[in-house]
Amino acid sequence: MRERIERCVVTFRTTAGAMAMERACREAGLPGRLIPAPRAITAGCGMCWAAPPEAREALEELVIKKYLDVDGFYAIII
Amino acid sequence: MIYLDNAATTRPKPPGVAEAVAEAMASCGNSGRGVHEDALFAARMVYGVRQRLAEWFGCPRADHVAFTPNSTAALNIAIGGLLRPGDHVISTDWEHNSVLRPLYRLRDRGMDLDFLSADRRGRLDYGGLEELLRPNTRAVVCTHASNLTGDMADIARVGAFARAHGLLFILDASQTAGSFPIDMVSQGLDVVCFTGHKSLLGPQGTGGLCVGEGVDIRPCLVGGTGVQSFLETQPEEWPTRLEAGTLNSHGLAGLGAALGYLEQMGRDAVRAHECGLARRFYEAVCNLPGVTVYGDFTGEERAPIVTLNIGDLDSSEVSDELAERFGIATRPGAHCAPRLHRALGTEAQGAVRFSWGWANTEEETDAAAEAVQLLAAEARL
Repeated sequence: MRERIERCVVTFRTTAGAMAMERACREAGLPGRLIPAPRAITAGCGMCWAAPPEAREALEELVIKKYLDVDGFYAIII
Repeated sequence: MIYLDNAATTRPKPPGVAEAVAEAMASCGNSGRGVHEDALFAARMVYGVRQRLAEWFGCPRADHVAFTPNSTAALNIAIGGLLRPGDHVISTDWEHNSVLRPLYRLRDRGMDLDFLSADRRGRLDYGGLEELLRPNTRAVVCTHASNLTGDMADIARVGAFARAHGLLFILDASQTAGSFPIDMVSQGLDVVCFTGHKSLLGPQGTGGLCVGEGVDIRPCLVGGTGVQSFLETQPEEWPTRLEAGTLNSHGLAGLGAALGYLEQMGRDAVRAHECGLARRFYEAVCNLPGVTVYGDFTGEERAPIVTLNIGDLDSSEVSDELAERFGIATRPGAHCAPRLHRALGTEAQGAVRFSWGWANTEEETDAAAEAVQLLAAEARL
């Protein structure tokens, strides 16, 4: 298994929300990728956006600017 | 076969549609189920089509485009999820059974229902809208174009009426989505129900509904969503609330390719081609002795449909003769539009519907007109 590091994780309530986030991040040139939501933050089986911790502020601004439908932001080690 | 049954489903589909479906079958995982590349390929593609359809129909949010297998499913979701016993609903005599049967079912459970009537020529009496209004009127459900005659409803007028009285406006765009401009905001539409396999030129098994912000539709189906798995109820969020079960990502890939074709060729240009052919046919047959054409051809804006009868011949007999002798595909019978057939007086005879698509030609149209001319002449003998 790969080494665990701290990540900024953004969760969603719908797949459409995750798709909108991915598209917005790609367009804005922000880092990250979609991963399965880890058990530490969700009991569901959805996907989340995982990015370096230093991207959090930019991601939060993007979510507000683009009215993205996100469930929450987390800083966790995965 | 000269295919003039495009109001039932467009055929053939444009270049690229079948290829997109085949590619999706080879490449798509299940959208929203898993986060591996194949699942993401499907999810990205589905979302892209969602986003484009939102732009096509002026839906303020991409996540308010929910996919269904067809218009009927979309209309069941909209009607069943917005209206309740005790409400009053206004609809029209032009409606297809995909609207009528969900409404009748609710009426049988205690919903009040009235119809804007059509006259013997099939024209709707819009002046009757105000008279139908009641204190408990909740919604107007209206088709954009009659699937029987091709006549267009005056949705600007219906929308203004709905807005003036705070009513929901549910539009059945089965015959117009992809061909005619639809803008939810400027036209005051709360819900637009569409199918992918008609004027949008996509595969059968695709369709959906666009829902305005603040329009709260209760889910019809509940079940697997790929998200919030431990929740005992259907998630509230859009579009998941209306999309229980695996989506038809293969079909939606084809629908995306069809949108690409329409965008490349130009929606208005495709419509002008189809409507031009329908008008050409109408001009050739409208004055033939013994031929009765239904609908209003005084205006330019109408769906590319011409429906007629020859004398008192059974429409099924005429349609069969057209198919077997001339190789022309049409649709006879009642077209799932019982109220308009009653208004036109064609309940027993039915009618023969000719409908044009992007691939039809002037030569095919002229051949169809000549066939009608010949059959009408033979009927007079």
